[in-house]
Amino acid sequence: MSVTALDGGIPLYTGADWDYDKVRRVYDAIEKVALGEMGLDIYTNQIEVITSEQMLDAYSSIGMPLFYKHWSFGKHFARDEALYRTGQRGLAYEIVINSNPCISYIMEENTMTMQTLVIAHAAFGHNHFFKNNYLFKQWTDADGILDYLSFAKSYIAKCEERYGQVLVERVLDAAHALMNHGVHRYPRRRGLDLRNEEKRERERQEYNEQTFNDLWRTVPTKAGGAAGLSDRDRRRALLELPEENILYFLEKKAPRLAGWQRELLRIVRHVAQYFYPQRQTKVMNEGCATYCHYRILKTLHERGQLTDGAWMEAMHSHTNVVFQPDFDDRRYGGINPYALGFAMMQDIERIATEPTVEDREWFPDLAGRGDAMGALRDAWTHYRDESFILQYLSPSLIRKFRLFHVADDARESEMKVAAIHDERGYRAVRQALARQYDIAWAEADIQIVDVDLIGDRRLVLEHRVLNQVLLEEGEAKAVIQHLADLWGYEVDMEEVDAESGARLRKISVGPRRVLGGGGD
Amino acid sequence: MFTIVDRRLNPSGKSLANRQRFLRRAKDQVMRAVRDASGKRGIKDIDMGGDISISPDGIKEPTLRRASSGGNRDYVVPGNKEFMSGDRIRRPPQGGGSGQGSEGAEDGDGQDEFRFVLSREEFIDLFLEDLELPDLAKRKLAVTDSLDWHRAGYSVSGSPANLNLVRTMRNSLARRIALNRPTGEEIKVLREEIDRLERSGRDNVRLAEAREELALLLRRTQRIPYIDPVDVRYNRFNATPRPAAQAVMFCLMDVSGSMTEHMKDLAKRFYMLLYLFLTRRYKHVEVVFIRHTHKAQEVDEETFFYSGETGGTVVSTALEEMQRVVAERFPPAEWNIYAAQASDGDNALSDNGKTAQLMDQVILPICQYYAYIEVGQDGVSPGLAYGGGARETDLWRTYKSIAEGHPELAMRRVTQRREIYPVFRELFARDGAGQQTEASA
Repeated sequence: MSVTALDGGIPLYTGADWDYDKVRRVYDAIEKVALGEMGLDIYTNQIEVITSEQMLDAYSSIGMPLFYKHWSFGKHFARDEALYRTGQRGLAYEIVINSNPCISYIMEENTMTMQTLVIAHAAFGHNHFFKNNYLFKQWTDADGILDYLSFAKSYIAKCEERYGQVLVERVLDAAHALMNHGVHRYPRRRGLDLRNEEKRERERQEYNEQTFNDLWRTVPTKAGGAAGLSDRDRRRALLELPEENILYFLEKKAPRLAGWQRELLRIVRHVAQYFYPQRQTKVMNEGCATYCHYRILKTLHERGQLTDGAWMEAMHSHTNVVFQPDFDDRRYGGINPYALGFAMMQDIERIATEPTVEDREWFPDLAGRGDAMGALRDAWTHYRDESFILQYLSPSLIRKFRLFHVADDARESEMKVAAIHDERGYRAVRQALARQYDIAWAEADIQIVDVDLIGDRRLVLEHRVLNQVLLEEGEAKAVIQHLADLWGYEVDMEEVDAESGARLRKISVGPRRVLGGGGD
Repeated sequence: MFTIVDRRLNPSGKSLANRQRFLRRAKDQVMRAVRDASGKRGIKDIDMGGDISISPDGIKEPTLRRASSGGNRDYVVPGNKEFMSGDRIRRPPQGGGSGQGSEGAEDGDGQDEFRFVLSREEFIDLFLEDLELPDLAKRKLAVTDSLDWHRAGYSVSGSPANLNLVRTMRNSLARRIALNRPTGEEIKVLREEIDRLERSGRDNVRLAEAREELALLLRRTQRIPYIDPVDVRYNRFNATPRPAAQAVMFCLMDVSGSMTEHMKDLAKRFYMLLYLFLTRRYKHVEVVFIRHTHKAQEVDEETFFYSGETGGTVVSTALEEMQRVVAERFPPAEWNIYAAQASDGDNALSDNGKTAQLMDQVILPICQYYAYIEVGQDGVSPGLAYGGGARETDLWRTYKSIAEGHPELAMRRVTQRREIYPVFRELFARDGAGQQTEASA
């Protein structure tokens, strides 16, 4: 052992097999590093040991310990199982759930070193991220999620008993198709309570009194007063349109749905909302967890609490996870969020402690700040992938990954290299990469814009087409069919070019069968 | 602070309900796939689970997403080696940039088939769906091949695991009260009294009395035990035999020189199906193999399928052999009897009359179902064979003549491997719907 011992110096464990005692010892050692030295702030941990069979099970219900029943989960399970059994895909080492207490699954087949890695990664890295990132704080309720899922599960099971599996399935199918458009992207204004209402009224009154000027009374008003509202505007105000949360709109306003059907939409919507932050923070979340496990294990190894063999094994898995193949490599399948995330976290540490001249120019606030952990914790709290990359991707990292930006215009026969890792290109590459992680760019911007209340109750949606990329037609039709079934009347989807306002395509679908069965 | 929970012993198969829903949803496609797969399988593999591929049409999960081609796109990719900004690159085939697709495509574009694994049970269930045995309920009999245990009161003997504590203690209490066994409380009180008297040393008479009393009580305690063997009761379990239906399946086959390997293979496949099918419906299925040339004998499976034999063809010998076996071992009142006969249709001319008579009077009346499969040469088009009066074999003609009054006799011709399963289905299809469509086709 090359480094001996400030703190212990005796390995926490030897050999590959794990047992509860070892796990406890390791957990305590990790906790000391993570909370004491790295300043992480976590939910209480609950570590659950499961078999590989159970891991497969967990996959099929998006990792949640309990979930309602639906055929699509069976489908995913069947596929995952086939891939796993034929050896085309391994199982994840861990699954971690954003709940309080934070549940992480570890597999019994793993070696002690893998368990160590997983505990550092999930129970501390992810856990800290869940508890502190602003998106998770704003959109998810870690205390209540398990109770809510348990409610959802039993509610849907009761509905199946009462109304039959087929009817429930139809609603869930439709709701799942619209799931990505069932999230609130911005915090909604909450209705004021009486005290605040009164306070506001008082403030207004005071303001009016202070700024009272009798002259205003003499200013002539336009003839006809404020009657400028058109029919359309009034209707839109009444229905609170435009609305981009389609499931929310249907739940509240669809004319023919029964109460239980609205509740099903609500459940699917809540689940979608719960996962919404995870979709926006893949790079950061994994980067944070990977950085944490790396740093924690490294510290333990330096203190001799981890044997050289264990360290080598951990590094073997670690390097596999953060491997980034080049674009012309057969293994290339997009940018690996672990690789990018981990590299960026390390880069921030480097900039904070050993900045170059270039770094000082690009990150004047961060460079040489010294407190790397503070800077990282700050980033983990206040950013999501898109803003994080826009803020922190450094030229040196762009050079390291040799990132380049390709612009592809379908009207031209060739693609163009728009920017590479050079002085002129850094900002362009960074911006383009950040945009790639911006969920608002990746997903279609679809809103409900109008309802023909007086006529045939037709629902009108609008897709604001960015960069002339239309919707996938076959799928769009199928989804709008589902939408029409829920709405109960015809639905139009217009695709409008965001820049020119030109109408590009229109899809109209009538309901195939009315899902709402009148009253409950 | 943390908790560690061992979930390994939790029941697995949490997603079973999801899987059943999925199979129900994709049932038509899965059934089709199962039949295709079973056509390609070897005989031995017929009752195993396996890989199934179905087209993803009915199980799509559509979402509103942007098309994967067209429009202006931007990609940022790693690993630049030679490009300078302003370079032009040929578009890689099939759009999608350099395998890009940001988020949308990860959920399996559904471009090709959906593959998954069916378990053995699922496979067979789907395979045999909507098939029914004719006259299933006609003769059933209890065979005690399994026992059901259920509670039946109490007994005075048994294993310690079945000890009924409540009963035992109740008996013990009753006996102790009846025999007036001193309680611990009484003895305690007496002892205290003695103690007190000894210490005060005054009332010596009472002390002696009390001592005697105590000795008596202790003696009684010893003589009347707290729990006596007579108190002990055990839970009693009674075994009742679980009735199980039983069936015997006769496989009759012509093994004379005119039967080629191909024909035997066809026959074997049919027997396999029948066996599989019977085992699903009956707890207990016996199989009897009878082969015949100009003489018949009961053999084991290996000999039945794989050893050659030369000689003429006299079908009635096989029927007689079957009659003998039935009489010896399978009384018709107790067994559901099924028979399947495979032959190329040859029979000695002189034997036809005897065969017809045997069938009509002996065999068919005791059979639940008698399937006659006429196997033909590979390559002889089924159209020709089916072509009605084109050329009927001796045996076919013979059986046809007696088929009138016997609904339990079914006859089919098969020439190719892939026909086996349709023919089998047709024979056992529920409510005979398959039969009519086939006949009109």
